[in-house]
Amino acid sequence: MTSHSAADRWAYWQALDSGRLLLLGAAGMLVVAAFASTTIQASGVQWRTALAFGGFIAFGELLRLALPGGREAAPIAMVGAMSYALLLRVPPYASGTPVDRSPLLVIAVAAVGMAVGALPHVAAGRPAGLTGMCTRLIAVACVAFIFRPGLAGYLVSQHYERPWYVALAVMGPLVALGWLADTVIGALIRADDVGARFSVALVDELSLQWLLGAAVCASVLITVFGAEVMGLAELAVFLGPLLVTQVAFRRYAGIRATYLQTVRSLARVTEVAGYVEEGHSRRVSRLAVAVGRVLGMNEPDLLALEYAALMHDIGQLSLAEPIPGGATLLVGAADQQRIAELGADVIRQAGVLDDVAELVRCQSWPARGHHPPPSRGSMIIKAANAFDDMVGSSTDRERSNAALDRLRLDPASYDKVVVAALAEVAGRRTAWRL
Amino acid sequence: MVRRAARLYIGLVVVATGALVASRPLGASGHPHFWPDLVVLQVLFLVCDSTPNPVASRQAKWSPSSSATLAAVVLLGPVAAALVGAVSVVSIKRRIALPERLFNGAMGALSGLAAGETYLALHDGQVGLPVLSHSPWKIILPFAAAAAAHVLTNQSLIWAMYRLDRGPGMLRREALESSLPLLLVSDLGYAALGLVIASLWQVMGPFAAPLVLVPLFVARWAMGQYAEQQRAYAATMNALCQAVETKDFYTRGHGDRVSRGSGMIARQIGMRPQRTEAIMFAGMLHDVGKLGVPTQVLQKTGALTEDEYATIQLHPMRGLEIVREIGFLNEALAGIMHHHERIDGRGYPMGFAGHEIPLFARIIAVADAFDSMTSTRSYREAKTIEAAIDELRNGAGTQFDPLLVEAFIAAVKREGWRLPEPAGVPADFSTITVQDHDDPTSPLRVVEMP
Repeated sequence: MTSHSAADRWAYWQALDSGRLLLLGAAGMLVVAAFASTTIQASGVQWRTALAFGGFIAFGELLRLALPGGREAAPIAMVGAMSYALLLRVPPYASGTPVDRSPLLVIAVAAVGMAVGALPHVAAGRPAGLTGMCTRLIAVACVAFIFRPGLAGYLVSQHYERPWYVALAVMGPLVALGWLADTVIGALIRADDVGARFSVALVDELSLQWLLGAAVCASVLITVFGAEVMGLAELAVFLGPLLVTQVAFRRYAGIRATYLQTVRSLARVTEVAGYVEEGHSRRVSRLAVAVGRVLGMNEPDLLALEYAALMHDIGQLSLAEPIPGGATLLVGAADQQRIAELGADVIRQAGVLDDVAELVRCQSWPARGHHPPPSRGSMIIKAANAFDDMVGSSTDRERSNAALDRLRLDPASYDKVVVAALAEVAGRRTAWRL
Repeated sequence: MVRRAARLYIGLVVVATGALVASRPLGASGHPHFWPDLVVLQVLFLVCDSTPNPVASRQAKWSPSSSATLAAVVLLGPVAAALVGAVSVVSIKRRIALPERLFNGAMGALSGLAAGETYLALHDGQVGLPVLSHSPWKIILPFAAAAAAHVLTNQSLIWAMYRLDRGPGMLRREALESSLPLLLVSDLGYAALGLVIASLWQVMGPFAAPLVLVPLFVARWAMGQYAEQQRAYAATMNALCQAVETKDFYTRGHGDRVSRGSGMIARQIGMRPQRTEAIMFAGMLHDVGKLGVPTQVLQKTGALTEDEYATIQLHPMRGLEIVREIGFLNEALAGIMHHHERIDGRGYPMGFAGHEIPLFARIIAVADAFDSMTSTRSYREAKTIEAAIDELRNGAGTQFDPLLVEAFIAAVKREGWRLPEPAGVPADFSTITVQDHDDPTSPLRVVEMP
């Protein structure tokens, strides 16, 4: 959600924290084992099937989907890999063909497909997305190891006696499990990356992704069952509907990103007009979101908080002349309240951001003794705004500590819990620059 | 209301479809569960057809319902496909008049019949569950032809309807052309789903339908979210632009009107919808940079000093500074940057002349000046539309691009122009601009330096 400036961004090897390292290590070992076993038993491999699914996975990896909040998914690759893990057999059936696909072969094919699909991304200078690929690979490995060879062998041997819903009853939960594994690992990594609590990150991830997950799971089942009839051609045919779904998601994610970008840019009008200091709204929004995360706010709330923090000074546009220096901290409480009200009015005009307007309206209320009490988001904006008015773009530790002390000395205005979280975030910020 | 010719056309299509479908054999005898399967497919069609369509008429019609028809083509034959397509008569979508319903039903039936006959002809006269031992291409190729026949019949019937109902308007044609690729892709994508349903039918019978609905509805959800976000985006933009304009009483709504005017010119000269959207965006934001001009300069009554004039001349660059990071066409940025250039090269900030000035900027300049002249200012009343058009013509060739002036005049004559609310005397005098930098009839007065 927050975009780090170039100075904050770490080189890739620096960002390899322990969680990510563990993930890469596990996936790496899986791949090595998979290649070794596939080389040894290369004779029994159905190469046409492997090639078709590998190509499908590569195509899916090529068409990665950027989701809101800076996430990246590859739903089509996931469909391909999980279907390959669950595929029973494809026509024409040669009589007596054994179920030869070992789980390690599934992993090898998925790994090669993903790597091939990632190559164009690397060539175009985009990040390779190694973490995402490893997450998907491990999720697929879970499914493959549970399903093969035991369950798959049972289902195939009973092929002519068992009704279709037995297979569905086995595969349905397995697919859901695979998706869940992907989501849980994704939430772990994300919680680590952005400094959120794991439980909050998991709930965010589940509530944001469950619809896409449902589509992926249903698509896997459709592919597996369809391929029993149509053979590998099913992959080509089903790609059409999958692409339509993907395009729909892409457009949705695209407009969300443009929206945020536009609000970010337009929030700068107050800076250009000289009402506030350069970069103020963006710094306040970054601080506010980081503080909200420390306090365990979920993603929809964080988005509203980010919008509100970006636009918290928009009410100043209604003032005839800028406040000297732009610091709202220096004007009287009544004026602060008037600016907040004016800003909330502007935002309410949009008709779709009423929660954001409410955050802006309450931003100047004191933490204690106000009826009704301000919401947590408003208190965060109040504290972040005061902090930035005092510290600005400086990363000097002394200055930051002095500002925090001043906030701590005024517990009636600034909520203690919020200031403590702000101190944590500010400490992180100054530590980065050392 | 539906025109007379269109009514006649609808009647003709309905009767012809009825006759064609009735003349064909039903083909129920060869299929063990013909009627139950038909009903399941009809329900599937109805569900797909009746869910609200978020990007309804403007963009491509996302019509997954065709997949049900095409599944019927494979499983049950042409007449069954026609019966499935005919279900759109009873679509639960609200606000559809009876003639349109009848037309939709006939169109669905006729497209289904055409697809079914195509499939039958190419598939050796066989319908039914896909046979395992066949090479899949023996189904896929006839099916692809059937899907193409379905799309073609559908589109040509709709196209004829538009021609009769609305006349060959330029707008309609352009909208249709722009969405055609997307239309084809989504149509063929959903058509492929028909074959997927048919192959799943082999394994799980009618239970294939609910399984297939899951990804469909997720796609629907995403499209709905997209439309919702787009509306929210437009509303937020509007609110923010209004906030920028609160600084100046007389120019309220200026950005919105310039946006509309620029859009009118863009459509008149046949710009693609995507570019039209971008120029409307640029028109909306063209004066954002004025925020960087101190209020006392904007409100000064007397002649401006050189320095003060310079700050006004810089406002397009300030505007650019604000919107630069918004990811939209570079052209729109150029439009904001250069909207005060003049064809004779005496404009600002760069002093470009003629075709050095980007097209977007030349368009915005015309709409901008026109709106300024037809709005009330503190130093004069609003001009009438005719008077403002005369002024535009006077400036054509010196200040404005003559072609764009003519395009604008033609667009105003066709679409009309919504004048701003007549401005009374504002209660708060702090928000009055005394000189308008956009007004070509009263240029800013600058103190001559000795």
